[in-house]
Formats: sequence, C-alpha cells, structure tokens
Amino acid sequence: MSGHSTIHYKNPVVRWIDTRLPIISMMQTNAMDFPTPKNLNYMWTFGGILTLFLGIQIITGIVLVMHYTPHVDLAFNSVEHIMRDVNYGWLIRYMHANGASFFFIAVYIHIFRGLYYGSYKQPRELLWMIGVVILLCMMATAFMGYVLPWGQMSFWGATVITNLFSAIPLVGTPIVEWLWGGFAVGNPTLNRFFSLHYLLPFVLAALVFLHIWALHVPGNNNPTGVEVKSPKDTIPFHPYYTVKDFFAIIVYLVFFAAFVFYLPNYLGHTDNYIPANPLVTPAHIVPEWYFLPFYAILRAVPDKLGGVIAMFAAIAVLFVLPWLDTSKVKSAKFRPLYRQFFWILVVVCIGLGYLGGKPPEGWYVTASRILTIYYFAHFLVILPMLGIFEKTKPLPASISESVLAKHGGGGATAAAGAASAPENRG
Amino acid sequence: MAHAETDTQEPTRRDFLYIATGAVTAVGVGSVVWPLIDQMNPDASVQALASIEVDISAVEVGQSLTVMWRGKPVFIRHRTEEEIAEADAVPLEDLPDPIARNANLPADAEATDANRVFAKGETEVRPEWLLMVGVCTHLGCVPLGEQGDYDGWFCPCHGSHYDTAGRIRKGPAPRNLDVPVYEFMTDTLVRVG
Repeated sequence: MSGHSTIHYKNPVVRWIDTRLPIISMMQTNAMDFPTPKNLNYMWTFGGILTLFLGIQIITGIVLVMHYTPHVDLAFNSVEHIMRDVNYGWLIRYMHANGASFFFIAVYIHIFRGLYYGSYKQPRELLWMIGVVILLCMMATAFMGYVLPWGQMSFWGATVITNLFSAIPLVGTPIVEWLWGGFAVGNPTLNRFFSLHYLLPFVLAALVFLHIWALHVPGNNNPTGVEVKSPKDTIPFHPYYTVKDFFAIIVYLVFFAAFVFYLPNYLGHTDNYIPANPLVTPAHIVPEWYFLPFYAILRAVPDKLGGVIAMFAAIAVLFVLPWLDTSKVKSAKFRPLYRQFFWILVVVCIGLGYLGGKPPEGWYVTASRILTIYYFAHFLVILPMLGIFEKTKPLPASISESVLAKHGGGGATAAAGAASAPENRG
Repeated sequence: MAHAETDTQEPTRRDFLYIATGAVTAVGVGSVVWPLIDQMNPDASVQALASIEVDISAVEVGQSLTVMWRGKPVFIRHRTEEEIAEADAVPLEDLPDPIARNANLPADAEATDANRVFAKGETEVRPEWLLMVGVCTHLGCVPLGEQGDYDGWFCPCHGSHYDTAGRIRKGPAPRNLDVPVYEFMTDTLVRVG
C-alpha cells in the first residue's frame, strides 16, 4: 500500500469514495489486477479456501452464540437445544464443528505447499512467520472452542492441556490457577475461553490481512521457485485465479458437505456427547485429530517439562525455518534429495498423528520417540546440511521459459503469439 | 468465432451458460442464506410454549389468576354478577374503542360484553370468565387489577382506566385490552394460544 492509486474511475461516486479512502482501488490492485505468476497449480488455491473457511467459522460461530449459554450447568444442554430446537441449528452446529476440521486440513496442505516450494525463503520470511502465528492462533481458537460444549472430552482435554503449564518451574502452579480462575477447570475457565474464542478469529482476520500484505510486496512464489522476471511471466489475478480459486473452493466444499451431511460426527469423539463430569476421567483422553501429531510429541518425552518444551518447539522450529534451510534453490522441483526428505516428513507427520490417537503403551511409545526425533532432525540437521551438500537441478531462466518448455514450446513466433494473448487458445 | 457488429438475434450458447449459472448461483446463495436467517425465528422450544393449558378450578368468583403466555401476563378473572352487569350496561357510544379486540372473533366485532368473553369453539358465552393479555395498549405496562375509576384495571404508568370487561374508558391507551385465542377444553381447563 503506497500513497495514491493511479487508477481513474469514471463513476463519480466511486471516484469520490476512492479519493478519500482508496479501498476500491486497493481491491482492484490487490484482488483483480495483481500480476500473478502464470504457472500456479492447485496447491495455490488453499489460501482462498482458508479465507473462505475463516468466514464460514465466524458466521456460523456468531449465529451459534445467539443460542449458546456459557455456564457449566447450562452449556451442554444449550448445545443440544441448538441441535434439536433451533431452526437449522443442527446444520449450523455441524458446519462449525466440521468447519474447524476442514480449516485445519486446508492449513496443513497450505503449509506443506510452502515447505515443498520454498515459499518461506528470502524475501518471504516474514510472510512465513506471520503464517506460523496464524497457525498458533488457529490452534488456540480451536482448543478453546472445543471446551465450550462442556462434554467429557471438552472438560478433560482442557484439564490436561492447561495442566501442562504446571510443568514450568516455580511459577507453574500459580500460572495454571490464574488460567483456570480457580483450583480446577470450572465455570470461570469456561467463561474466559468463551470470550477469547470469540475474540481470536478477529485477530486472525487482522493477521490474514497482514499475511496477504506481506505476500503482495514480493508477489506470489510459484512452482519453479524462480522469481517473476517480467510482466510476461504473469497474468492478472482476475479472472484467471479468481475462477481457479472458485473452482477449487467448490470441489473442497463438496468434501465438506459430504462430512457435514453424511459423516457429521466421524471426525469427533463420542465421549463428548457425555456431559462433563469432574469426578470421572474417560479411559482415553484424546484431542481432536488436528492436534494429534503435537500430542504424540508431547507424550514421547518421558519428562513432563521436556514434553511441553518439545511440543512448543515443534512449532518454534517452523518459525526459524527460513534460516535453517540454507539452500538457495526454492522449489523441491529442482531439489531431488530435498524432495525425498519432504515426503518422508509428510509420512512422519501422518505417523505422529496416528500415534497421537493411540494409548501411550508398548511399541506406540517407541515409534513416537523415533518419529519425534526424526521430525526435529529434519529441520535442525537435514535441512541445514542439504543446503551445503545437495546437487540441485538447473533452474529455468524464467517462468515463461519453464511454461513454454513444458508445453512443447515451438518456434519463437508461435510462442510469442501464445504468450501475448493468453485468452486465445491454440 | 466471428461476432456481428450489432447484437445477435439468436441467444448464444454463452448467453445460455451465463443465465443458467446465474440461476443456479441464486438458488445456491438462497439455500445458504435462508438457514442463517431462519435460525433467528422462534425455535421449537419457544413454539412448544406457544400454547398453554391452565387449570382454573381454583379461581373463585371475584378472584383473578395471572399466567405467563408467550412471555406476557394473561389475566384470567372469575367475574362477579355485578361486574358482568356493569359491563353489559355500558352503551357502545361511551367506549373510546368500540372494537372487541377478541382474537376469537372477526376483526370488526363490536366491543359488547358478550363479544369480550367469547371463546373459540363455544356456542354459548361464559360471561363469568374474562381472559385478557395483561399488557396496557398504551406503552406496555402491566395494569393493576381491581383498581381504577371503572372497577376494572388501572395502569399506573400513564393513568389508563379499564372497565370490568377490560375495555379502555379513560386515559391515553388507544385500545381495549387484547383477548387472546382461548378455548375451554373442559369446564375447568382452558387452553390459551
């Protein structure tokens, strides 16, 4: 964002508004005319999907709050009231619960896209770090939201996770009692989680604004990892990527609808349909699926404080990733060794997720420890070394060159014709 | 594909696609928006309380019972003979509001005492039972019973006086107290709403 726009509007009302507050030209510059690399694949559609789902969560959430009661004696029943009495309450509740899961599916794909294509590298380090803060806010929001229905998992998940802070030496217990507002998870806890759960999504919206701003300074990365060299490498965001994003959103919503309407409780835990009982702990406490990899890391370390540190370190290590990965080549397309380690990391993360849902017994424990060590080794050992030792493939001179080479670039005239009028085919 | 300089006579395939897409999008948007709006309508638990049954066997002659119906007070008064006679004797021209305001009758029924006590589905009137929504038609306060210059109700907020049939006689209230839909399930059980 820099000073006055150069776009001239014919409509006098639009001109009047824009000269006083350039939101219209800002939208046009950033969401319509924005020169975007012309080779983006569907891995680049998840940002749009994420923005949509933030909107879905906020809207369904605000509507749910119209009918929810944040008190330990009434919360569970108020959710059942929503499911049974409120017009379309069942639909809005299932959209919100499954919306959280689909929000995380999209964010994990979005993050792994960044890992694969080196989108965290210079000059996009801050963009990446804002993204990690967004992930942290999402996790806090989801954790607190899950407490609100006040089921057994809500209560005991809250108890286990807040108890983690007691591992902090000296000030641990006072901090936990401060968090709880009492000597155990109770009504004060529920009320403050409700307040913060309502607040954080708007903090997220502000962070998303910063995230997109930070992106638009250097512009998007692309599958080759080679920066845009000239306008020929780009196409306007509208209509090409508005339509591509819209299509991807529709496909994603089909999967979302399949869960909302046919498998609405599949991703949840049956124990959360039991009202919270502070005197009876369920046999197996597990968080929602999107927290399972971190839960596995937490339990892998035999020491209480060590486990807490490892869990937070798993995210902290993402923060400093731009400086851990020393390779100058961005995209895994041209990094054959890195590509293999990337897929191993994917398998390791899925494995940690699987183990996080299992009881901490037998070979599950050993496997969790091996995979946790590997996770940290990937970031702290393998990536720094790859930058030094990996022999990367030669990079294309530009995006256009890579696109033309891929599509059997013919003679220069034919290629030039195709490049200069992208709306014509053949 | 060549385009004519003037508008084409025949709609093109593109026109069809645009219109079809627009129509499906409109249906899609409507189906998303409607639940978000409808959820604010009264839900099933509120609708369930839209009708209540009241046992009036314990209400003696000259006593009133107040029940809550749809969030508002409903006065159920077991009138005395004098109150009935007093209400009957009032000529219609004396009434500021000559309409019965009885939900069990057409909107233009006159405010005779018989019309004020007409219940749903009755062939005969039971004049000893008067049921009214206890909300002053001026600005919504709850009038006080057995008070006022007309032996009926008096609203302390701005001084409206209602008579023994709950009709406005003096004061700023514009209309007689509303008579809700009600029905005698038995002689001692009334369903309101």
